[in-house]
Amino acid sequence: MRCFQVNAEDNVATALEDLEPGAVDVMGSKTVRQVEAFERVELGHKLSLRGIGAGDLLIKYGVPIGVAVVDIPAGHWVHLHNCRSQVDERSSHLDGKTGAALDTVYG
Amino acid sequence: MDEATKSAVGEAVWRGFLRQDGRKGIRNLILVIYTVECASFVAHQVGAGEDDVHVIGFPGCYDNAYAIRLMLALATHPNVGACLAIGLGCEYTQPAKLAEVAAGSGRPSDWFYIQENGGTRSGIERGKAALQALRARRDAEAVEVEMGWKDLVLGAECGGSDGTSGLAGNPVVGRLYDFVIERGGSAVFEEVVEMIGLRDILLSRAASPAVAAELDATYQKAENYCKAVRQYSVSPGNFAGGLTTIEEKSMGAFAKSGSHAIQGLIRVAEKVPSPGLWLLDSVPDNHFMQFGYTNPNDTEGIMDLISVGAQIVLFVTGRGSVIGSPVSPLIKVTGNSRTYERMKDDMDFDAGVILDGQKSLDEAALDLMAMVRDVASGTPSKPEALGHREYFLMYKHQETPELAAGCHA
Repeated sequence: MRCFQVNAEDNVATALEDLEPGAVDVMGSKTVRQVEAFERVELGHKLSLRGIGAGDLLIKYGVPIGVAVVDIPAGHWVHLHNCRSQVDERSSHLDGKTGAALDTVYG
Repeated sequence: MDEATKSAVGEAVWRGFLRQDGRKGIRNLILVIYTVECASFVAHQVGAGEDDVHVIGFPGCYDNAYAIRLMLALATHPNVGACLAIGLGCEYTQPAKLAEVAAGSGRPSDWFYIQENGGTRSGIERGKAALQALRARRDAEAVEVEMGWKDLVLGAECGGSDGTSGLAGNPVVGRLYDFVIERGGSAVFEEVVEMIGLRDILLSRAASPAVAAELDATYQKAENYCKAVRQYSVSPGNFAGGLTTIEEKSMGAFAKSGSHAIQGLIRVAEKVPSPGLWLLDSVPDNHFMQFGYTNPNDTEGIMDLISVGAQIVLFVTGRGSVIGSPVSPLIKVTGNSRTYERMKDDMDFDAGVILDGQKSLDEAALDLMAMVRDVASGTPSKPEALGHREYFLMYKHQETPELAAGCHA
């Protein structure tokens, strides 16, 4: 199983295939290292490369892409259920799995 | 020496169509334009079954300066060789004026009102007859010339993005942009609303302090706009595909701009002033109706890129999409090999080969460059061959650009 770390400073990596619990190769630099995944992470989703505390910035591409809202241990799925945008308040009102907006009234 | 110099594709030339303003087209289409929704059925029937005819139109009865600039830019686009404007007869937008501007640009043009021609059947007959006459004149007057990378304006849009878009799909387009700009060509990117969170990175790419100030003002406008309409450019499908925040999506989207300096800012329907990399601002300006509604969909952004003269638009979609475009062929790129396999009939290019280590970024960008050359030479892209011609022209307010030549010099 493989994931991709864009920048050396990143604390998250993108799954290159569906990840199951177990050893995952971290691609993106000359030396491939391994991290242990503790839960399922789907293709295109992010895996924490180290422990990220509540309030800490998520770093990808070497820049902040959001803030953790709870403690996220290493090897876990990083997404809407445990972090938020620094600018877009609406992203906190979305279904964690499908991304569908929960703040739109349909009748 | 970059990878494109080592490859024959770097020297590619093909046949194009020279227009009076010096720009060159890769297609020689007849564009049918309707001036109100009421005329859309007749316009589409006129264009039906005609391979070299594309149809666009504006739905509103009440006219809009922005939409008129957009229609005129499309009527005089390098890929368009003739123009037919069709109105119902009581709307504000004047088909005669559209045809007049197209004729003034050297394109055989015609127009009519449906109300003055008896209705649906006779309107369609009138339109079909006009197409025959326009086609004959277009073919007789065509000026075919050699064309190469320096004559090309590329546009790039992304939609249906997922976690692979920022890792493969957009970076491969960015490298293609670098190659084409190094050969004297032009490239345009837009989606300022997908630069939210990247102000400093955007400004660091400006070609001069004056350009940086322009970019900053546009960035601030986009951020205010997103706050006002309470909508950032990120959708349920993006979240489901692994993107968590607009900041993350922004970094991935920005990768399609490549690495060259941004020469300046252009607005919708403004011609690219000189070769190099340009940022297109399609975000509404604030006015008495506030910003209006959010930029609605991918097709609207693609039409904006075509309006500034892009002869080909690259569309990066991780999750897959089934749209095309009129006027300029759309080439669909995905960084997700699973999407490519699943939607092979619609996807032109699989950039996922970078992620599984089959190809380097340079190698993949060269393959994409060869595909762009083939489409420029006349090979239809997949959406083009499937007959996709989606368009979207909307009410919007943007300050009238300074059209005087040299205002960006």
